Amino acid sequence: MPDPLIRHTGIAAPLLIDNVDTDQIIPSREMKAVSRTGLAEGLFAGWRYRSPGSREPVPEFVLNRPGFERASVLIAGANFGCGSSREHAVWALAEFGFRVIIAESFNEIFHGNCLRNGVLPVVLKGVSDLRALGWDQATDLTIDLAQQTVERADQPGWQGEFDIDAYPKHLLLEGLDPIGLTLKSADVLDQFEQVDRVARPWVYKDYSAA
Amino acid sequence: MPTYFDALWDMHRIAAADEVYDLIAIDRVLLHERTGGVALKSLAEKGYSVKDPSRVFAIMDHIVSFREGRGRDEARSPGGETFITETRRMANDAGIHLIDTDNPAQGIVHVAAPEQGIALPGLSLVCPDSHTCSLGALGALAWGIGSSEAEHAVATGCLRVKKPKQMLVRVENELPDGVTAKDLALHLIATHGAAGGKRCAVEFAGPAIQVMTVEERLTLCNMAAEFGAFTAIIAPDEAVIAYVRGRPFSPDSKEAFLHWSKLATSESSGHDEIITIDARTVRPQITWGTSPEEALPLGMTVPATAKKAALDYMGLSVGEQIAGLPIDGAFIGSCTNGRLSDLQLAASVIRGRRVAPHVRAVCVPGSWSVRREAEALGLDRIFRDAGFTWGAPGCAMCFYAGGDTFAPGARVVSSTNRNFEGRQGPGVRTHLASPAVVAASAVAGVIADAQSLSVLGRVA
Repeated sequence: MPDPLIRHTGIAAPLLIDNVDTDQIIPSREMKAVSRTGLAEGLFAGWRYRSPGSREPVPEFVLNRPGFERASVLIAGANFGCGSSREHAVWALAEFGFRVIIAESFNEIFHGNCLRNGVLPVVLKGVSDLRALGWDQATDLTIDLAQQTVERADQPGWQGEFDIDAYPKHLLLEGLDPIGLTLKSADVLDQFEQVDRVARPWVYKDYSAA
Repeated sequence: MPTYFDALWDMHRIAAADEVYDLIAIDRVLLHERTGGVALKSLAEKGYSVKDPSRVFAIMDHIVSFREGRGRDEARSPGGETFITETRRMANDAGIHLIDTDNPAQGIVHVAAPEQGIALPGLSLVCPDSHTCSLGALGALAWGIGSSEAEHAVATGCLRVKKPKQMLVRVENELPDGVTAKDLALHLIATHGAAGGKRCAVEFAGPAIQVMTVEERLTLCNMAAEFGAFTAIIAPDEAVIAYVRGRPFSPDSKEAFLHWSKLATSESSGHDEIITIDARTVRPQITWGTSPEEALPLGMTVPATAKKAALDYMGLSVGEQIAGLPIDGAFIGSCTNGRLSDLQLAASVIRGRRVAPHVRAVCVPGSWSVRREAEALGLDRIFRDAGFTWGAPGCAMCFYAGGDTFAPGARVVSSTNRNFEGRQGPGVRTHLASPAVVAASAVAGVIADAQSLSVLGRVA
């Protein structure tokens, strides 16, 4: 399970483009093994490297710019993580070192994938345009999950706030295994199934075997 | 009055997990070799077992070769065989249903699941694939998830989910002749944006939906993924019930038939958001940019609001006419438009004509079942005679995974769902459209609609 995330401080890298899809985050050609690991190198490969398959950096791409190479907070636009449900996108981001993504909005499946991999997705309250906050200079951001606040090293006194539901907050703070958590309710699951088997018997029968 | 989505949610709600999350019973889990294999592997490594193998299905589709006469383990991407062989091994070890590359039922998961009676009205169903929303067309509570959630569903038979907000997309009147469900989907996304679905469960209803065939509904619901929705759903009617009965995994049960007939409710209300579309205003669509929201009716020009990055990638400029742009490739297939009616529509356009000499044209039926039915109707001859490659079922050229594709910079008209940068290959410029527009463009050698073909016509 991922390491618990309670308070994180790291450099913020701006990628302020709307509708960044998971094909851009990790191109399918970079998913080479039946594995959750070995993906960091392929992160943003289409933008980060000169040509497919090469590893020659594009100097202008944010993660290749001096000061941003070790960023661990990503600043993104609207609808971040749209497209394919591939969890590899979050695995690649996490393996690269990202622990927090601050975006104007997120895709539903990507958002859920972040929460299950120790990556905190943040939408700042009352901030509809992240560009206006200025991100050209590398700066440290501190994200406090317990307090649900964000602070910037280069702007003392500025504080952002964000909402998060109790369950994902708990998962991230504790680094919990959701399957183990759910199986603690095995009695409740079994009771439901017993009743449902009577109400909808066809759901539980394998008609292909008939 | 509760919505149809509310009714399905309540039917599957085991308990409240906390103030905002529910435990939702999952009736079927679908897996594929690209993300499902890793889920089964990870589950086994953690020491969890599959709760009910008879309700879990693995279908090979994502990176299987689309070459006619492909081998059993043949992938379309270098090194991709491992995904096929590993998924096969883990599926067999777990005892789940496996629809392997050489199974006559094999196809793209969202094409095969309805055909095989795996997806049914009233079922809850998840798959680690964003286009699982397609199956809402049958009146199923179906949505796309990640691999970790798939592991959770396989191990526990349920998911911990926050109930989404709900949106009604009501489509009044009927689509004009020559305008398809794909055009309606692109029109909706272009009008309201790629995040316009606001992570809602989107219910499609209204007269234009009622007259749609099940295949058309599958196409429309499919692209809820590109609309930023949680999922899509259409309350089932007689057409759906007639469609699902008698299929291999479909129950032969009077109780089930009665249950389905009761699911079809009168119109519901209480949605959080409502969008109304007059179907008569929808025209054949084409995308010009790198997001599905960058779509326009054919005949329009690239808008002044176009972003520079999209224009640079697509090799276009503001004010440029999209119809008439020379193309290099054409692809018909995918979970969006790889069903029999899609192939029939495309074949009706190309019948007696030939693909322009400089265009590489490929048609890959969405499943073996579609392919067999198409061949029985002689459609394969029409495609082959026109100069199309006739492929073996799978996701094929909808997305690049390494391996064979169009050349960098190639302009391709495609019946698929995503025009993202590099989606069909590095530098490949994808224009999304209906199978009719793809077929017409393949023949014309330029982006064209079927109506203009009689002018541009290239007769065999």
